[in-house]
Amino acid sequence: MTTTDTGAGGLAPTTRKDWASDQEVRWCPGCGDYSILAAIQMLLPDLGARRENTVFLSGIGCAARFPYYMNTYGLHSIHGRAPAIATGLATTRPDLDVWVITGDGDALSIGGNHLIHALRRNVRMTILMFNNQIYGLTKGQYSPTSELAKVTKSTPFGSLDTPFNPISLALGAEATFVARTHDMDRQHMQETFRRAHDHDGAAFVEVYQNCNVFNDGAFEKITARDARAGMLIPLVHGEPLRFGAEREKGVVQRADGRLEIVDVADVGEDALLVHDERREDPGLAFALSRLSRGPLEPTPIGVFRCVERPEYGDAMARQVADAQERRGVGDLKALVRSGATWTVE
Amino acid sequence: MLHHRYTMTTTEHRDEHHRQLDRVVIRFAGDSGDGMQLTGDRFTASSALFGNDLSTFPDFPAEIRAPAGTLAGVSAFQVQISDHDILTPGDAPNVLVAMNPAALKANVGVLEKGATIVVNVDAFDERSLTKAGYAANPLTDGSLSAFALYEVPMTSMTQEVCKEAGVKPRDAERSKNFFALGLLSWLYNRPVDATVEWIQKRFADREMVREANTRAFRAGYHFGETAELFESTYEVQPAHFEPGEYTQVTGNQALAWGLIAASRLSGLPLFLGSYPITPASDILHELSRRKEFGVRTFQAEDEIAGIGSAIGAAFGGSLGVTTTSGPGVDLKSEALGLAVNLELPLVLVDIQRGGPSTGLPTKAEQADLLHAMYGRHGEAPLPIVAAKSPSHCFEAAIEAVRLAVKYRTPVILLSDGYLANGAEPWRLPDVDAFERIDPAFASGPNHVLDDGTEVFWPYVRDDATLARPWAPPGVPGLEHRIGGLEKADGSGNVSYDPANHEKMVRLRAAKVAGIVRDIPPVDVDDETGDAELLVLGWGSTYGAILAGVRRVRARGKRVAHAHLVHMHPFPANLGEVLARYRTVLVPEMNLGQLSRLVRAEYLVDARSMSKVQGVPFRAGEIEAAICSLLEDAR
Repeated sequence: MTTTDTGAGGLAPTTRKDWASDQEVRWCPGCGDYSILAAIQMLLPDLGARRENTVFLSGIGCAARFPYYMNTYGLHSIHGRAPAIATGLATTRPDLDVWVITGDGDALSIGGNHLIHALRRNVRMTILMFNNQIYGLTKGQYSPTSELAKVTKSTPFGSLDTPFNPISLALGAEATFVARTHDMDRQHMQETFRRAHDHDGAAFVEVYQNCNVFNDGAFEKITARDARAGMLIPLVHGEPLRFGAEREKGVVQRADGRLEIVDVADVGEDALLVHDERREDPGLAFALSRLSRGPLEPTPIGVFRCVERPEYGDAMARQVADAQERRGVGDLKALVRSGATWTVE
Repeated sequence: MLHHRYTMTTTEHRDEHHRQLDRVVIRFAGDSGDGMQLTGDRFTASSALFGNDLSTFPDFPAEIRAPAGTLAGVSAFQVQISDHDILTPGDAPNVLVAMNPAALKANVGVLEKGATIVVNVDAFDERSLTKAGYAANPLTDGSLSAFALYEVPMTSMTQEVCKEAGVKPRDAERSKNFFALGLLSWLYNRPVDATVEWIQKRFADREMVREANTRAFRAGYHFGETAELFESTYEVQPAHFEPGEYTQVTGNQALAWGLIAASRLSGLPLFLGSYPITPASDILHELSRRKEFGVRTFQAEDEIAGIGSAIGAAFGGSLGVTTTSGPGVDLKSEALGLAVNLELPLVLVDIQRGGPSTGLPTKAEQADLLHAMYGRHGEAPLPIVAAKSPSHCFEAAIEAVRLAVKYRTPVILLSDGYLANGAEPWRLPDVDAFERIDPAFASGPNHVLDDGTEVFWPYVRDDATLARPWAPPGVPGLEHRIGGLEKADGSGNVSYDPANHEKMVRLRAAKVAGIVRDIPPVDVDDETGDAELLVLGWGSTYGAILAGVRRVRARGKRVAHAHLVHMHPFPANLGEVLARYRTVLVPEMNLGQLSRLVRAEYLVDARSMSKVQGVPFRAGEIEAAICSLLEDAR
């Protein structure tokens, strides 16, 4: 249900409450999803977005309930398919802001194929993948991002699968925008979401999100307020990669290409790797995505890659426009006569 | 001078031996790489231009190039041309053109007694004979004595005429199908210029190929004239058609054009989300070429994304269509259920092929009817429309779109491999005369809350159609959320209320069932009005059934025929029609799916007639079945 827009002309600035639907939010108390929802609802007025031109699409999972809580157009679809559905919408409606809300199971397990293809095609959509490294809605089975040997209801003796690294996967899928943020830092989320939203093409954001019921504290070692400085490596375009309470740590690239964390005092600032999100070659971004093996070690956070490539829907529209310019707008009578015809008197 | 006299002589010769036929069935057969589909297609096109009625049956293997010379690699194209209204590509060919021993072996069994066989004798060497499984050469061992056999050295003559143009023998060999086409064009007095022109156009940017094909075609034609091998040529006069402008179409072509027409009639931009699959891919190909109609085609990463993207496009206010076949239909089931729940317009085109699983990719079957009816979990009814002939695919597509848009529902449009690739003459419809399709997008609030606030509710239904409003994004005040979870009647909010769920299940079913008021009654073709047997058919069996029925009537017997286009819901009068006949025969290319449905729906003792061989019914089979039932009834 939706109340009608009462704003005269519909172009009055919006506030956070304009973006909240009248539906009761039903995530578990304490779920990281709440802070992501709040971050989005507070960011959208700031972006100057219009509710009528905004669509939230999702698949299945806890994260997938997100569209019900947004007072925008929304489609809660089927497991893993949101990027495919969003592709049909975004390519036919370039005027819309299309957001895809997904989770680690939805995006990387059942929907892995759609995710990688939406990314390589560079369809205009902002994909926020809430990664809690667990299946929440089905009550606690391991997910494709769960750490190896994870003990869950479906893996009482420990999981056998090597997890996906979502950032590496997105980079490997030719994504043009790849970023990571976490649910404990609203400001960082908003800044990352803003960058993703402004990107002209497919933007992929991994959001470390705590599932306090089935996988509590999975990211605590790096996202807890007092741990962040020493465990999160901020990616700032054009800046040397430094972190630590005193910015005493840094990242260097060794002669063999490997990245390594060092004490800045040992190597000097000039030896540090300078972050370049616009490099055409994704090699360095990929190396950064491999710097930590999981959220227990110092982990890069921010925008890994942001490059320009023609957007898919625009290219599709251009082919239509070109054809119409070259041949004129299609004539049905001529179409059915495009083969040989003959007349019977 | 000598040459001139010689020509004169041949002309006289031809005049003496110039026979009129009312119809002829020709089967071109060769290796998959021999270009038999192209040859048959071209022969058909020139016959269409000449004014014959015709019906075609391309019959090819799933493999692009099975091992050359083997039975598995044989590709055939059958065409019937006639001077009168015909309905099928013919039961038993009168003429077989066999480019190699395997093509002969694979097809000799279906020929009419005394049929003409033209072989490319160059291909009958020992190695090819062995590959085809011949212990002895059938051309010399007397096994073909019941046929009129003509041995023509097609390969060597093609190579000979191409040599002067500097074409290497190996390349020239590839043009031998045009030699065969030329020969048959002479034998059946087909117009020549149109084919020569076509070759110039088709191979415009490949000079050597163009030259080789033209030379081969002319050589084949002249060989017929000069070789005095054939006793006579044949002529099939133009058929009597209703006045009008005609073209020749295949089912997939007509279907693609129907979708474009429906896009025009509705003002909805067409979006096709599709994954390549035989025999549906040609619709994707055809639509991809027609971007000037505002058509967007999207070759998706898989079948699921094909329908998923179409649903997304429909949500955005486009005409969302997905095309598929066989296993692709299975893969789309989940998304189809979503579309049923979302109540968005969508058309799923299923070009049925032999199953289960990969089955027979290039062969026709009608075994997806029950899947279309019931192949989703939960109560998920949707309308089903079935095309009955290649040209009928045009209107069937428009009808599917009309129902989808008006009732906000996914519709399954059934065609099959036989309709998809088969061609027939089509009297061009007046495209301006088709009824407009009104998308009737929601434009404002449709509900008043208790406190007097006007709101938009996505599941408020139209009283007459029970359709919900379609409100693509972009309109302020109509923001709404829909999804696969059960929704509360009216507001569309997520609801787990037991009574609401049953209400919604019943509403969705009632909406689809109510379409019965919006579709025409089924026509019964019962000439005398007192037939005791009704043949009930659907889909591509139309031609064979009607031809069979005509043959039975020609024997002085009475029989009625009804053919369904709307498979769900059935036309309102179907029960009453079935009750009028003592015997109901239902021929289907499955194990009795329609017969099961009508038995369940109308408690009628419908007799199933099944054929699941990947090839269409022959008129003779239908005729025999009807006659046998009529005998039994005595």
